[in-house]
Amino acid sequence: MGFFNPAFWMYVCVITGIYTIMALGLYVQFSLAGLPNFGHVAFMAVAAYAMAILVIRYEVPLIAASFAGVAAAIALAFLLGIPTLRLRSDYLAIATVAAGEIVRYLAMNLPDITGGPVGSMAMLGPTRLAMYNNGWQEMLDSLRNSLAPLWGAAPSRDAVTALLVWGMAILLLALLWRLEASPWGRVQKGIREDDIAVAAIGKNVVAFKMQALILGAVMGGVAGILLALQIGVFSPDDYQPTLTFYAYLILILGGMNRVWAIPIGAALFSLLYSGTRFLNFFPLSLFDSGSRAFLRLFLVGLLLVLFMALRPQGLMGSRRELLLEK
Amino acid sequence: MWQQLAQLIVNGVITGTILALTGVGATLVFGIQRIANFAHGEYLTFAAYLGLILNSALGLDLLSATLGAMLGTAALAVALHLLVLKPLRGRGLVAMSLVTVGLGLMLRDAVFILAGPQIRQLRIDETVVYDLRLVRISPGQAVAVAITLVVAPSLALFLARTPLGKAMRAVADNRALAEISGIDVDRIGTYVWLLAGGLAGIGGVLFAVVQGSFDPTLGFQVLFLIFTTVVLGGIGSAYGALVGGFVLGLVMEVSTWSGFAGGLEARFKPVLAFVALILLLLYRPQGLFGKARVL
Repeated sequence: MGFFNPAFWMYVCVITGIYTIMALGLYVQFSLAGLPNFGHVAFMAVAAYAMAILVIRYEVPLIAASFAGVAAAIALAFLLGIPTLRLRSDYLAIATVAAGEIVRYLAMNLPDITGGPVGSMAMLGPTRLAMYNNGWQEMLDSLRNSLAPLWGAAPSRDAVTALLVWGMAILLLALLWRLEASPWGRVQKGIREDDIAVAAIGKNVVAFKMQALILGAVMGGVAGILLALQIGVFSPDDYQPTLTFYAYLILILGGMNRVWAIPIGAALFSLLYSGTRFLNFFPLSLFDSGSRAFLRLFLVGLLLVLFMALRPQGLMGSRRELLLEK
Repeated sequence: MWQQLAQLIVNGVITGTILALTGVGATLVFGIQRIANFAHGEYLTFAAYLGLILNSALGLDLLSATLGAMLGTAALAVALHLLVLKPLRGRGLVAMSLVTVGLGLMLRDAVFILAGPQIRQLRIDETVVYDLRLVRISPGQAVAVAITLVVAPSLALFLARTPLGKAMRAVADNRALAEISGIDVDRIGTYVWLLAGGLAGIGGVLFAVVQGSFDPTLGFQVLFLIFTTVVLGGIGSAYGALVGGFVLGLVMEVSTWSGFAGGLEARFKPVLAFVALILLLLYRPQGLFGKARVL
């Protein structure tokens, strides 16, 4: 794929939308409520696997299975939230790290249910390989047909995917924007700054934290399902722990406490991340393509360190409202 | 069956030591520097590859290689502290942890680029087996046990008896109180990285020995076990991590014993650690030895 290939840009567009939803989930938990979630990927993976297992093994329709996937992410949020939300935030951080690893580990080691390291491919068996995506492709096709009169010609499947993903992303973004300005959002920000003070004026701090955790888990679940559908046949390796840190990098790139900047951060990150494959000129051509994948992750790490060091509020964040000083 | 149990206990003690040593380092860093060090696993990886270079390329024996890896990793930890983490101090737990996430990514992928993704082995003669009637141990394991028997008690002694060890525990326990008692908190901060790096260095080589073969994800795979050890012992409690690591290592290995209704399948060992973590947080959130300080 060349740099000027429209398919590349369509891919960047779709993945940016998915990353936006993923980072929105982290925004609720971290930027708004101050919950350090280092295992956001767990919610994504649980939702994706629950959806895929229901669709493939039990032939549940895609939409219903997706809702069940999100419900699974909510269940995980309860499992993690109940023991940790009463404690110092350090404990949530560690429990979520562990959860992210365990979900991936289980997916790897329960091949009868999840397909093991091969992923959803093995779940299907060769004869039913086509079935898993059928629901998704049919949905895309029916959307294409209904969009055809508006467009003139039926848009490509990728375009419809992009439209669908971005529709959802914008909807969730608008919802969050409203929520942040609402009394609920103000309580969350208060908890972020000083939870004892909020408890003292009679708010149920643990319940508010739980709501933020769950809302973030829902968005993470939606992002996880969309990612699974976009990849098609996915495996545990598509839900590496590093995905969580991409979400943090997106928040930082956009602006730690600017909800409208998240799509900008996601776009920047997707471009940087997907675009590095074009970095094949000298001196970088000294690395073979295998090493360049690692070089890419190395650069992600470097970017994270540089941003945290030099501009912790993010490109468009406000320094004044910087919870990181806590 | 009893032979299997004895064997599992030996394995458990070795795994437990590794977790205890790395856990003590991580928990002291957590307590003193207020950093959840996500790069801690990568210190182990770094140590394993340093050990590999010393052991395979330069032909040193395993003990000297471990010593070299320990010194090298301690130097790395202190260098990162002085160059990166110390100048950024005071930015809060999450910000500092994200910096270590970035450092960890850089370290891991630097190892990937420089050493390649292929699986490596330390130069240990795997064909020799010492038969001790009840257990059979390989030379690698023998070295691991020997290191265990020396390092773990001396670490406990260091923390309990030496002024530096006491000072470290004091700062981890209550920074302000330690400072007004005349402890140079800044200096302790550097020493604690030296200690954590050295212990991670030993742990990394031991992990490489015990696993037999390893690749650059070695450290990252055990990071969450190290964190579990830290919580198990109570965040900031050095003794807690020492005991917690042994308990976790033993429980994980012995759970596969066939005496327990056939035993747990080996691949579910890490899941057991996770279940233990959640149960602990539910019923004894301050850890086995931590002080209750719940909001």
